[in-house]
Amino acid sequence: MHPAPSVIVFSTISGLGFGLMLFMGLGLPNVSGWVAASFATVALGLAVIGLLASTFHLANPKNAIYAFSQWKTSWLSREGILAVLTLFVFFIYAVLWAFMDNRIPALGYLASAMAMGTVFTTSMIYTQIKAVPRWNTAVTPLLFLLYASAGGALLSNQMQVALVLLGLIIAFQALAWVQGDTALARSGSSIESATGLGKFGKVRLLEKPHSGENYLLHEMVYVVGRKHAAKLRVLALLLAAVLPAVLILLTEVNHVIVVVILLSHLIGIFAQRWLFFAQAEHVVGLYYDAR
Amino acid sequence: MTQLPTSTEKKLGLVIDLDTCVGCHACVISCKGWNTTAYGAPLSDMDAYGGDPSGTFLNRVHTFEAKQEGCASQTVHFPKSCLHCEDAPCVPVCPTGASYKREEDGIVLVNEDKCMGCGLCSWACPYGARELDQMAGVMKKCTLCVDRIYNENLPEEDRVPSCVRTCPAGARHFGDFADPDSNVSKLVAERGGMDLMPEQGTKPVNKYLPPRPKADVNGTKAPALEAQSEEITGFLGWLDRTLEKI
Repeated sequence: MHPAPSVIVFSTISGLGFGLMLFMGLGLPNVSGWVAASFATVALGLAVIGLLASTFHLANPKNAIYAFSQWKTSWLSREGILAVLTLFVFFIYAVLWAFMDNRIPALGYLASAMAMGTVFTTSMIYTQIKAVPRWNTAVTPLLFLLYASAGGALLSNQMQVALVLLGLIIAFQALAWVQGDTALARSGSSIESATGLGKFGKVRLLEKPHSGENYLLHEMVYVVGRKHAAKLRVLALLLAAVLPAVLILLTEVNHVIVVVILLSHLIGIFAQRWLFFAQAEHVVGLYYDAR
Repeated sequence: MTQLPTSTEKKLGLVIDLDTCVGCHACVISCKGWNTTAYGAPLSDMDAYGGDPSGTFLNRVHTFEAKQEGCASQTVHFPKSCLHCEDAPCVPVCPTGASYKREEDGIVLVNEDKCMGCGLCSWACPYGARELDQMAGVMKKCTLCVDRIYNENLPEEDRVPSCVRTCPAGARHFGDFADPDSNVSKLVAERGGMDLMPEQGTKPVNKYLPPRPKADVNGTKAPALEAQSEEITGFLGWLDRTLEKI
C-alpha cells in the first residue's frame, strides 16, 4: 500500500496525543494549574494536528462533513465522530482540572476510555480490510493501542509503565512482522484464485492491461523502497522501543534525556508506520503478478 | 446508509466468456467513451501525450497464460470490471454514504456529490474495480451503464452496458442472475461459470466462463499432412518431365 505521508503523520502524531489523554484522564502526571494546562495543550495539539494532517489525503475535502454520517457500518466514520467527541470531553475535563482546580475523576476515566476508543477505531480502518491479509489480524489494533499508550506514558513521564509497554511493543511488533510475512500466502488468495485459471496450470501475467502506471498500481501495489525493509525494521524497533527503554533503565531521566527519548520514539514510530503501509500487500497485486 | 441490502429484487450483472474473448480491448474503449460523456465526472487522463500517461478506466483487459508441465500453454484474455458483489466490501467502509448497493437491481454505485475521495473503498475491493479519478477527486467505478439499461430514449438493442453492446466476439453477456431462466443464469449453469477470489467472501454477481479445453493442451502435435503423390499429371506434370530432361 502507498505510504502517504499525511496518513503516517496523522496516525503517529494523533496516536501520541490520544495516548497522553489516556494518562491525563487517569490523573497523571500529578500536576495542577498551568502545568496541567500545558500538558493538556500538548495532548490536544498533537491530536488536532494529526487529525488535520489526515484531511490532506482527501481528494475532494469539500464533502468531508458527510464523513460523520455512516457510523453504523464505517470504521472511518466512527473514528471521525469519536475523535471529535473525545477532544470535546477531554477539553472540558482539562479546563476544570487546570483552571477550576476541580479534576473530576469520572470524567477523566471517560476521556481515557474514549481516547483509546479513538485509537482503536483508527486501527480498525486497516484491520477490517480483508484484501490486505497482513493487516487483517487482531495484532494490528493491539499494536496501535500499544504504540499510542507507550507514547502517552513517555509524554506524561510515567517511565515505569512506559518500560512495560515498550517491552510489549518489541514482542508484538516482532510477532506482527513474522506473522505478516506469510499472511498473503496463508490467505488462500493467489494468481490462480484471482483468475480462476488454476485448473489449467500455473498462471502468469502475459500482458498488463496498459503499458503505463495506473491508480491501482500506485495506491495498492507500492513496492518502492521495500529492499531496505529489513534494515528499517531493526531501526524502527531500536529507536521506538529499545533505546528509550535502555535510557530509562540506565540513566537518571532528566529533561534532556526525556527529549532524546521522545525524539527517538517518534522517529521509530514513523519508520514503523512507513513499513506498515509499504510492506502491506494488497491482493489486487495478484492481477499484475506483483505483490 | 452504507448498509448492504439483505437481498436485492434483481441481480443485474455480466457473464464474461474467457473462451471467446479475443483481447481486442474494444470494451475498454467503449466503456471509457460512454462513461466519459455520461454518468458523473468524466474519466480523466493525466499526462495523456507526455512521457508518463495514465488515466481512469472502469474496465481493463489483462492477458494471462496458464501452463501445465509438459503441455502447451494457454493464453487467456481477461476483462475485469466491478463484479457488483452481493457482499460488496467497498460499500460498508464508506464514511460519507457515497457508496451504495441498490435494493432494486443490486448495482453498486457512487454518489459523487457525497464522495470525499478518501480512497478507502478502493482499498477494500480485492479486484481493483474502483479508481480515484485524479482530476475530479471522486471515486469512479462501473455503473453497469445504469444510464443505458433503463434509458427509453435509446433503441431497445442499445439498452445493455456499453461493453456488452460493443464486444465484437460476443464474449460479454448482460442479464439478471436472480432469474434462473435468464440468458446469463443459463450460461453459468451450462458452462460452469465461476467466481473470482471466492475466498474473499464477496459473493460476486458477475461470473466468468472458463476457457474450453484446447485440443492440443496434452502436448500432442497435429497429425502430419499425407505425403503428396509422386505422380504429377497435366500441364505441371509435362513441365516437370520436360525440365527434368533438359
